[in-house]
Amino acid sequence: MAKRESTFANMVSTLLIVAGVAAFTLSMVYNVTKGPIERGRYERKQAAISFVVPEFDQLKSKNFLPPEGRDSLEFNLAYKNGELVGIAVQTYTNTGFSGYISAMVGFYPDGTIYDVVHLEHAETPGLGDKIEKDKSDWSDQFKDFDPSEKSLKLKQDQGDVDGITAATITARAYCDAINRAYVTLTENIDESHFKLEE
Amino acid sequence: MNKIKIIKKGIITDNPVFVLLLGLCPVLGVTTSAYNGFGMGLATLFVLFMSNLVVSLIKNFIPNKVRIPSFIVVIASFVTIVQLTMEAFLPDLFDALGLFIPLIVVNCLVLGRSEAFASKNDTFSAVTDGLAMGIGFTLALTALGGLREILGSYSLFGYSFIEGDGMLVFVLAPGAFIGLGYLTAIFLKLIGER
Repeated sequence: MAKRESTFANMVSTLLIVAGVAAFTLSMVYNVTKGPIERGRYERKQAAISFVVPEFDQLKSKNFLPPEGRDSLEFNLAYKNGELVGIAVQTYTNTGFSGYISAMVGFYPDGTIYDVVHLEHAETPGLGDKIEKDKSDWSDQFKDFDPSEKSLKLKQDQGDVDGITAATITARAYCDAINRAYVTLTENIDESHFKLEE
Repeated sequence: MNKIKIIKKGIITDNPVFVLLLGLCPVLGVTTSAYNGFGMGLATLFVLFMSNLVVSLIKNFIPNKVRIPSFIVVIASFVTIVQLTMEAFLPDLFDALGLFIPLIVVNCLVLGRSEAFASKNDTFSAVTDGLAMGIGFTLALTALGGLREILGSYSLFGYSFIEGDGMLVFVLAPGAFIGLGYLTAIFLKLIGER
């Protein structure tokens, strides 16, 4: 087959066909992978929720706007036998060393932290990624942390949280994320919000 | 062209990282561990192989003046396929590489091989070249990732062999440049270039 000439009609038709075939192929791949991708994200979120609250048999989610920032936080209220046992708040911060960090923070109904687990981050491997549970036990210090008595700030910022060596910005950002969850929780800690509706 | 020669060129004498110094963005960006480097290498290998195959098949159909946009669309399609498939079935690897996968599109290695080799040679040679270049790229990324992981976190493929934190500089960006520099020098010395 001889090479096609670069005439206007040839060029337009070629680009149309190439782009069309590419778009069609991609839509097929997208359809195949859509299910597993969504299931994976959903499972990861559910795993994070059950990790940060006590055992529950019913879950309800509700969105609240934090005092600062535009994105609302998702509150996942966990009930056992109709009784509120914990609140898993999906929170975030934009002040990480590499920007956005999101985390799931679990509270007892009285506001004490049950546990914290990170969801997404792009922090430096080997330094900032110590916020991950399987990399370091740094975030275990938030277990049973009562933010109404202690301050959710690093020790070098006159708070009560140990920093991470060589990753102060990351640790500070993580505290900011947790604090955002706590502040939003206390602002909305109205009984009527947290009742299990019939 | 002799197939053995193409393979030897792709892996050794024209190694994309150590000799051609192409596609350095992923080389420097993702090689914080041997596993990440290996995964990125395999993703690039797949894209190189498939885009060389398709480009060499359609090379006579594409008019000369629109060949670059056509090739880029082909490459971008395969990159998106890799990205979606990896997110669906290898979520752990995707977490580590996610940011860098779309950048395979602008990896000059991929377009370079399409333009300089696949569009001028028969399909079988083009596929061989894609495979050889991909293997050369994967080996180089794994070697650099391994070096940085050994020095930076005292482990290899996630298995730690000495307790401790390692030399932090090798995990951070400067370590990539230092490691790449030394590996390139050693590689060129070994193949007798300098």
